[in-house]
Amino acid sequence: MKPYLSVFRLRISNGLQYRAAALAGVGTQFFFGFIFIMIFQAFYTHVSAEPSMTLSQVITYTWLKQAFLALIVLWLRDNELFQLITSGNIAYELCRPSGIYGLWYAKLLAQRLSSALLRCFPILIIVSFLPEPYRLHLPPDLLSGLLFLATLLIGLLMIVALSMLIYISVFVTMSPAGSLLLFSIFGEFFAGLIIPVPLMPDWMQRIVYVLPFHWTADFPFRVFTGNISPADALTGILAQCLWLAALVLFGQFTMSRALRRVVVQGG
Amino acid sequence: MRLFFKYMGLEFKSQMQYRASFLLLMLGQCLTPFTSFAALYFLFDRFGQIQGWSFYEATLTFAVTYVAFSVTECFARGFDTFSSLVVSGNFDRLLVRPRNTVIQVLGTRFEFARIGRLILSIVVLVWSAVQMEVDWTLLKILTLVLMCVSGVFIFTGIFILAASISFWTVQGLEIANIFTDGGREMTQYPLSIYQTWVKRFFTFVIPFACFNYLPLTYIVGREGSDSPLYALIPLAGVLFLIPCLLVWRIGVRHYRSTGS
Repeated sequence: MKPYLSVFRLRISNGLQYRAAALAGVGTQFFFGFIFIMIFQAFYTHVSAEPSMTLSQVITYTWLKQAFLALIVLWLRDNELFQLITSGNIAYELCRPSGIYGLWYAKLLAQRLSSALLRCFPILIIVSFLPEPYRLHLPPDLLSGLLFLATLLIGLLMIVALSMLIYISVFVTMSPAGSLLLFSIFGEFFAGLIIPVPLMPDWMQRIVYVLPFHWTADFPFRVFTGNISPADALTGILAQCLWLAALVLFGQFTMSRALRRVVVQGG
Repeated sequence: MRLFFKYMGLEFKSQMQYRASFLLLMLGQCLTPFTSFAALYFLFDRFGQIQGWSFYEATLTFAVTYVAFSVTECFARGFDTFSSLVVSGNFDRLLVRPRNTVIQVLGTRFEFARIGRLILSIVVLVWSAVQMEVDWTLLKILTLVLMCVSGVFIFTGIFILAASISFWTVQGLEIANIFTDGGREMTQYPLSIYQTWVKRFFTFVIPFACFNYLPLTYIVGREGSDSPLYALIPLAGVLFLIPCLLVWRIGVRHYRSTGS
């Protein structure tokens, strides 16, 4: 466990150095947040039948999405790892005494956390003081808030396990562009990052609930807004844990298969 | 101009060397607007309208934006990656050549895989134009074409502006994304749905409204905007390129090599 922890710590302190970049990112995320909110507002103005999610819930959902973007998006990539695989330098990684899956997992996890830590607090603090209707509404009770933290954390572990699958696929395809693009486009749609899942038509929702993506972002955010009750959240956490275990096991299995087939050419 | 097409031909040949990867990328590019479009469709499915705009009016706006943006990305991508040219010092090489820097930077990169996206956008454009309840006159069709052309000019101008920033900061700024990707995201819907300050800014400072919202009001025949003058508004968007090129020239003069 120790080598994984130190990789994790190293990457966190590394990631925290890019403060200026984070500040620019915060500005961009604010702008996008306002645009999304205005679009939803326009849709909600002349609504005939109230959808299963209120406008203020959608607004809070949007700000959470903007604040925790680094934790939940699939397109975040580590080009270093891609280069390791395609250039053959993976051989050095294989010489290390600890498991490569665990090392990479810790590295990716730390990257996401450090990037999110820098960005989420300024956004969350500012949007809690915005005038109505742009304000972020706090969870309805303390329990929902705590459950949100738990579900977001498990969701993060799931998203890292999912993105590990992208890196593993590069062993086979040797080019990250294609698989990354397809996986992230559809994954993000199913995770509710483009529109919240409750606003999708019923047949689409049925597809979404079968796939793992919605547990990573949509589920924690709806727990925060109170759209999902604490009781449902508890059963949801169980489902999240099952998915997480399945994804990690599947990732480790495919990675060991892929590594067995790796042929490193000299040079 | 001949030089520009020569650069284009060279780049096209080199990209065609990897045909399978090219086709896959093209397919992927088609799918990117696909989810945005699905989102648009689902929202209209749920809400019926957006502040009085119908589904087909919104898809027309969406398509015009994507046609303009994908053409721009195909040809002006060189400006998007310009900061790396400055960081590596390779811009010096372009400066010593006796040609216009704008054309040379444009020539550094073409992404022909974007054509997939362009084709899809044109299909959506024609489809929503046919479905809309509009009697198409020749002038209105001309307006529609002008809208796309004007959009290309505006987006190219923004790419040039964003690239000019790197003359002063060396690194490009992520903030520039607000106007490139953010602009694309925003103009997918008629501008009238946004708050007044947003509308003002994107009409008078960055003229997104000129290629998108204002001519659209003419096409659908909104009250007060049925004068044929509105049909010519997209031309104002073309003018936007002039100040952008000026900023670029000031930037080039201000440029000091990183020396690496």
